[in-house]
Amino acid sequence: MANSGIFEYAPAPESRSVVDLKASYGLFVDGEFTEGSAGSFKTVNPATEEVLAEVAMGDDADVDRAVAAARRAYDQVWSRLPGRERAKYIFRIARIIQERARELAVLESLDNGKPIRESRDVDIPLAAAHFFYYAGWADKLPYANLGPDPKPLGVAGQVIPWNFPLLMLAWKVAPALACGNTVVLKPAETTPLTALLFAEICQQADLPPGVVNIVTGAGATGAAVVGHPGVDKVAFTGSTEVGRLIAKQVAGTAKKVTLELGGKAANLVFEDAPLEQAVEGIVDGIFFNQGHVCCAGSRLLVQESVAEEVVDRLRERMKTLRVGDPLDKNTDIGAINSAEQLAKIRTLSEAGEAEGATRWSPPCELPERGFFFAPTIFTGVSQAHRIAREEIFGPVLSVLTFRTPAEAVEKANNTAYGLSAGVWTDKGSRILWLAQRMRAGVVWANTFNRFDPTSPFGGYKESGYGREGGRHGLEAYLDV
Amino acid sequence: MSKTAAKNAAAAAEAPRSSVRKTYKLYIGGAFPRSESGRSYTVTAPGGEFIANAAQASRKDARDAVRAARSAQAGWAKATAYNRGQVLYRIAEMLEERRDQFAQQIVSVEGGASAAAYAQVDAAVDRWVWYAGWSDKLSQVLGSANSVAGPYWNISSPEPTGVVAVLAPATPTLLGLTSVIAPAIVGGNAVVAVAPDACAVPAVTLGEVMATSDLPGGVVNLLTGSTAELAPWLAAHLDVNALDLAGVEAGSELARELEVAAAENLKRVVRPGRDHDWNADPGLARVKPFLETKTVWHPVGI
Repeated sequence: MANSGIFEYAPAPESRSVVDLKASYGLFVDGEFTEGSAGSFKTVNPATEEVLAEVAMGDDADVDRAVAAARRAYDQVWSRLPGRERAKYIFRIARIIQERARELAVLESLDNGKPIRESRDVDIPLAAAHFFYYAGWADKLPYANLGPDPKPLGVAGQVIPWNFPLLMLAWKVAPALACGNTVVLKPAETTPLTALLFAEICQQADLPPGVVNIVTGAGATGAAVVGHPGVDKVAFTGSTEVGRLIAKQVAGTAKKVTLELGGKAANLVFEDAPLEQAVEGIVDGIFFNQGHVCCAGSRLLVQESVAEEVVDRLRERMKTLRVGDPLDKNTDIGAINSAEQLAKIRTLSEAGEAEGATRWSPPCELPERGFFFAPTIFTGVSQAHRIAREEIFGPVLSVLTFRTPAEAVEKANNTAYGLSAGVWTDKGSRILWLAQRMRAGVVWANTFNRFDPTSPFGGYKESGYGREGGRHGLEAYLDV
Repeated sequence: MSKTAAKNAAAAAEAPRSSVRKTYKLYIGGAFPRSESGRSYTVTAPGGEFIANAAQASRKDARDAVRAARSAQAGWAKATAYNRGQVLYRIAEMLEERRDQFAQQIVSVEGGASAAAYAQVDAAVDRWVWYAGWSDKLSQVLGSANSVAGPYWNISSPEPTGVVAVLAPATPTLLGLTSVIAPAIVGGNAVVAVAPDACAVPAVTLGEVMATSDLPGGVVNLLTGSTAELAPWLAAHLDVNALDLAGVEAGSELARELEVAAAENLKRVVRPGRDHDWNADPGLARVKPFLETKTVWHPVGI
């Protein structure tokens, strides 16, 4: 539907039949699905605007119940189990995610709008791998070199975003459980469904009741989780704005906090870079997951001598991107997650034009229903433009140029954020020179958007603090 | 059916059924061959009752096993650590499912109470899980980024040493064998294991577990027979990189001779422990000796 021209693809839809959607979902507290005490909200398929299910809106009383259940499970069961036994439950969860992978992938694409190719090949396998990796740590904590006697913290309150719903759940839940904590998790308002399926997976794994509790809801529910006095640890992934509020909310308490927030990553392309690969990396960096990626390479910094060639090649490549039905296996760019997010992307793109940058999108027919946005690049962007400073969280790339490596460093670091950066050059010593100078928690060289459970992820500056993944990710959940 | 016919049928159903017995063979290169020597030896229970005729591996079998291990090693080392971890975990799954079978075999060859045999199986399963979890953490615990005094990026990381010959202890049969094989393969080595004497019975069953766990053929090779006969060939084999002497008596003349033979190509040798407690937390004591540390330097500059 998206592209006319040389590539005509027959539809290749993934079947929805693997998913068994219920009309309504309750909260998962103390090992059981229970009614919420407040009302409910609807979660929609952003590609069609069809209502998928009614989900309970957790309120303070629900959060209170969930924290109490988590505390009981912590005191009576989970903190007393030897690491070796905790590990077995987490391995079971990893295996069940692998077994139910296709079901989770389809559900994720339905609720989030991301292409099935991505949920199938990236989100779900990585989520399983994350549980597998941290399961292995559960009985090896003294080897992690974090302190002589690492101990769990207690109850972890976790609030996650909508861009990688199950994967972010895995990043939060797996290390928390491995370290001996119990959790109360609040999934994003627009993408609660895979978290609720995960609750079922916990049941299948015979995870002791109360070790994982899932309270669905909106911002107020999340604030209740973060602010609950029974919570010992707060982990949040989301916007810098909310991260700041959380940091203020927990000020003066003993709560340990990790925040994984926004980004405005620079992707640096030098004249000696393999340009064909670089263009693939630029596309992957900004259009992967509709650009709903905190570490997206949203600022392309190209060396002046190759800027024209890179942008020309990029435009050609963008013409082949297929925007449309997330469940179609040929789709590259799916739906924007919500009407609200679409409005934000539109506003910032309009600001880009108004401030004088040049906007370009390939010819692209968008579906009539649902929330879609064509892949877009802005050239002639200055560092002062809003589209060069603010996180758009959509498929919108700002192109800037530089002349020298020093200027590249200067411009790359000229941001309040510091989550990730990309470097494209054939010269190894330059990669490392730049990597040392990037004020960013992850630097990708001649690749972009790579994730692995063994590799720590997290930001400098206003992109948050703490690391998720790898040996370092354990520290967030340990008293060391 | 007449009354008589029904009675006969019922009687036949109650008659003891003759069992179909398993042939115990070697496990080399993912296949289960007999010993090329055509020899076998009798495995008996502690009380002397016949249990099985196990294949008695020869020098030639040992050499075939080393060749199989060498062929498999590079591919196994190249597999991602995640993948190796999944395979080791799969072995634990398969072992757990055969819990009863292993417990019975342990009772038959070692004697002792059924509860102790089950405890040994459980410990063996847990040990596979323990090592499965190590695969992608070894470089994080044993590697390092080194702050050299100069504009260089400098990283040290562990790599497998190659082919490891392990001499399993006679008892505990299953736990001993597991405790010497798993730590050697988790880091990417391939193994030739000697399962001595009565250990052959659970060893061959463990081979069946490994053959059905997506472990590439040749990564683990099992030789049943006599340690005294096979060990000198393995210790002297120039395509073996390391040697675990777990199954040899500490301080014995054999232990010394094997170490001397191993010195010819500077094999990494793990000496036998005195009264080693196979139930104790193994740590990384049997992992580290079979890993090399590689340090890479790279300049940093525009």
